[in-house]
Amino acid sequence: MLSWTIYSSFAGALVCALWPRLSAEGCRRTALSFALFGLLCALVGCRQYNVPDGGVQLTVQHSWMPSLGIGYQLGADGVSLTLTLLTGLAAVAGILFSWNIQHRSREFFAFFLALVGGCYGVFLSFDLFLLFVFYELAIIPKYFLIVIWGSTRKEYGAMKLVLYSFAGSALVLLGLLAAYVEAGASTFNWIQLKEHSYSPSFQLWAFPVTFLGFAVLAGLWPFHTWAPTGHAAAPTGASMLLAGVVMKLGAYGALRFPMTLFPAGLEAWRDELALLASIGIVYGAAAALVQRDFKFVIGYSSVSHMGFVLLGLMAGTEAGLSGAVLQMFSHGILAGLLFGVVGRMVCSRTRTRDLNELEAFRLAKRLPFAAGTFVLAGFASIGMPGFSGFVAELQVLIGAWKAFPTLAILAGVGILIGAVYTLRAMFQAFFAKEKPFAHSPKEPLSPLTLHEKAGAGLLLAPTIAVGLYPRLLLDLILPSLSPPLLEPLIAK
Amino acid sequence: METRYSDILLLLAPETILVIAALAALAVDLFGMRGQTDQRRHALAFGLSAFGCLAAILSIGIGPPDAGALPHWLHSSTATGLVKTALIGLTLGALAMSARSAFTDHLGELYFIALIALAGMMLMVSAEHLLLAFAALETVALSFYSLAALRKQSRQAAEGALKYFLLGGVSAAFTLFGISFIYGATHALTLSEIAAQPLSGTAPPLMSIGMIAIAVGFGFKIAAAPMHWWAPDVYQTAAPPVAALIASASKLAGFYLFARLWTVGLAPWIVFNEEEAGIGGWLPLLALLALASLLIGNLAAIAQSSVKRLLAYSAIAHSGYVLLGIMANNPHGTASMIYYLLTYGLAVLGAFALVSLVEKTCGDDRIASFANFHQRFPVEAFCLLIFILSLAGIPPLAGFFGKFYLFAAALQSPDAAQWMFWLVAAGIAASVLSLYYYLRLLKQVYTAGSEVVARNFRPDPVIRTIAILAAGVVVLLGCFPELVIRDLPEAFRSTIP
Repeated sequence: MLSWTIYSSFAGALVCALWPRLSAEGCRRTALSFALFGLLCALVGCRQYNVPDGGVQLTVQHSWMPSLGIGYQLGADGVSLTLTLLTGLAAVAGILFSWNIQHRSREFFAFFLALVGGCYGVFLSFDLFLLFVFYELAIIPKYFLIVIWGSTRKEYGAMKLVLYSFAGSALVLLGLLAAYVEAGASTFNWIQLKEHSYSPSFQLWAFPVTFLGFAVLAGLWPFHTWAPTGHAAAPTGASMLLAGVVMKLGAYGALRFPMTLFPAGLEAWRDELALLASIGIVYGAAAALVQRDFKFVIGYSSVSHMGFVLLGLMAGTEAGLSGAVLQMFSHGILAGLLFGVVGRMVCSRTRTRDLNELEAFRLAKRLPFAAGTFVLAGFASIGMPGFSGFVAELQVLIGAWKAFPTLAILAGVGILIGAVYTLRAMFQAFFAKEKPFAHSPKEPLSPLTLHEKAGAGLLLAPTIAVGLYPRLLLDLILPSLSPPLLEPLIAK
Repeated sequence: METRYSDILLLLAPETILVIAALAALAVDLFGMRGQTDQRRHALAFGLSAFGCLAAILSIGIGPPDAGALPHWLHSSTATGLVKTALIGLTLGALAMSARSAFTDHLGELYFIALIALAGMMLMVSAEHLLLAFAALETVALSFYSLAALRKQSRQAAEGALKYFLLGGVSAAFTLFGISFIYGATHALTLSEIAAQPLSGTAPPLMSIGMIAIAVGFGFKIAAAPMHWWAPDVYQTAAPPVAALIASASKLAGFYLFARLWTVGLAPWIVFNEEEAGIGGWLPLLALLALASLLIGNLAAIAQSSVKRLLAYSAIAHSGYVLLGIMANNPHGTASMIYYLLTYGLAVLGAFALVSLVEKTCGDDRIASFANFHQRFPVEAFCLLIFILSLAGIPPLAGFFGKFYLFAAALQSPDAAQWMFWLVAAGIAASVLSLYYYLRLLKQVYTAGSEVVARNFRPDPVIRTIAILAAGVVVLLGCFPELVIRDLPEAFRSTIP
């Protein structure tokens, strides 16, 4: 059932692209129903997964290219399930927030669903060749989504994003091929490759190559620069998916492939990478602090929050790892929500993204629902108790504290700056006092649609639910981190 | 053992059928079609050619796979059958394309020469003896010079063809020169005998010079840098079907012969051997060609504004990738090379068909002329998307698996693992570079230019069929590469001693 998340997304993409005489409205509804079906499949998959047993379950196995040891192998463990669920939520919300797409809507939803399908595929593949295929498959739709439906410097942003992603995946490909040949060139199956113990000298170079390849997509400093420009240039639905899910592809890939296959390499490079992750946390937050463009604030905040994911991965403790996975989920939901509010609810109405100009609109009075959603999402991403961000970042900090106390303090500083930039953006955009000299635009802003409210509700619910009862997800994640699957990740 | 001519005829049945079909197309057009419209002449000549091609494929299918009538001259195996079928298919596609273009009124000659070139390419694939290989090579080369010059009303085409001819002549001289040196060193002209000759005394320097000369000659044939100068001009000025033929089928045949020459005939001299000073080894030689092709092809392609020139430079870069398959020097390497060239040929054939469509409707092939292609021809634009993304190596298209397989095979090379690793790294890096210019073209196709001159853009059914068929095969082979590669490594194990 779980594999139908992938098939339904690609089927939806095909229907949107090829079905004759599909109106714009019909296309939106088709896309929404396919995405809803995907989300349903993800939920059913979570129900079917037997938590106490742990490990990789719900597998689908077919022979594909036996002469090269490539199989079509899908499956899920707790980490994959969490992220599959995230993809389902972000896809449905992204389509709800894209309801206003008029221009070439069929192609938009076709590309959108193809991207969603690629993301599902990455999270569910347990053959590394297949994982890589899905990983690359997700690159091209991003380009067209941004370059056709984007805004501000969209061609630059799209090309930069795609070339960064492709360069990252080139590093991954090199490491993947080397790992395949080194293990005897007989299989790409993750479970079998994990049995092979690579020589330390091999791991010493293969780990950083593959890890950096994935980390480009996860927004690791200093390879993060594609993220703010790409996210800001993308249309709202695509930014929600990019920041919400695509950045997690990188973090997930790093966790699944280099970190589990090359534990000695991880041990050797742990400190350096943790340092980069912490710099990313502070740098992203500081950069967000000085942006005037509302979307760039969220874009840089994504870099900062993804730093927590990477720091948690490097911590080498169970708390750090589970915090990292939880943060992937939490940030995926919150980044989607923030981009939805900023891109669709606010900027598509005010036609400006400049925070100074937004001051004049007094949005809190004119769009109270948008303001309310932003306040909730903002507090959640600051790390207010009661929301998912708090649980996740706290776990990461606890995990990191044992391994790198200094870096944990640095990350704490990042959280403080995070509070400042979020509050600043919130007050400037929504709660600014009306300046007597500034002329306030009088033209009415169209009221929020039901679809936008539904999308916001869909994303707010899980962040509050997980915030109040984190075991909802932790119960799913923790067994997967314990032996034998991800055992090598825990530092001795 | 006495050789019977009937055996030779049986062994060369596909080639014989093609020559008969070529003569028939020429004769019928010459004697029977005077005063008829071009359309009818095209239809008849194409019909005869297609009939000949299908008969040839059939005879490959039913023919004995390893008829050993001329063991030192020809070889045949499952792999040669597959490559020959692919060659026929690609040529047929190019001929169908030319049936829709009006670049020449020498229709009988066009089909005649193209089929003779095809027969020559098939001989190249089978050749085991260097002189036979050279004769086949020259048959093909002479045919292509004339095909490139067939567009007689265009001065640029004449210039391109002349350049092609002059440089081609020089390269043929180099090849022959190299063959004579190798003969001098080993006293053998058959691939297996060359490989079996133990060398002594003054032989190694002779071998080195021979190998360099052959690399230069073949480098021209496969458009590898730095012998690539003719390619952009010929691709741009020759008629699109001719350019497509040169880019797809000719490359496949040339590479196949090239690969057999190195990996079968010259296999003992693959790497630098310090103990026997003077042997350069061909691996470093090909590595230089590959690196130069990857670099020059990809960097120059970025700067192009003509799509045909862009495809030409990207073809140079693709030659760089394929050379990795030869250097891998293992059955997977050669199998991946064939898979790569087959799918590359399909993609480039389709791309040229669509370029000819744009040329017909917009007058030129600048990238800017592709603006709004997707509004004028939605189906064709989608096919072009598939071709270009396949060239760029994006899954699930065939180009992706082709690159993947090549790289995987190259890393498994038994010789010089360090070299191969860095070459693979360079190849992967180059593919990132190539995505930039491919996406620039696709951006034009799918986004740019909102103003379209309202004109009646009628889709051409033949071009559309070619594009859809080629795109379908590219997707099919991309999703299920096992269809082609399943038997290939085995086939090569049997030919490579």
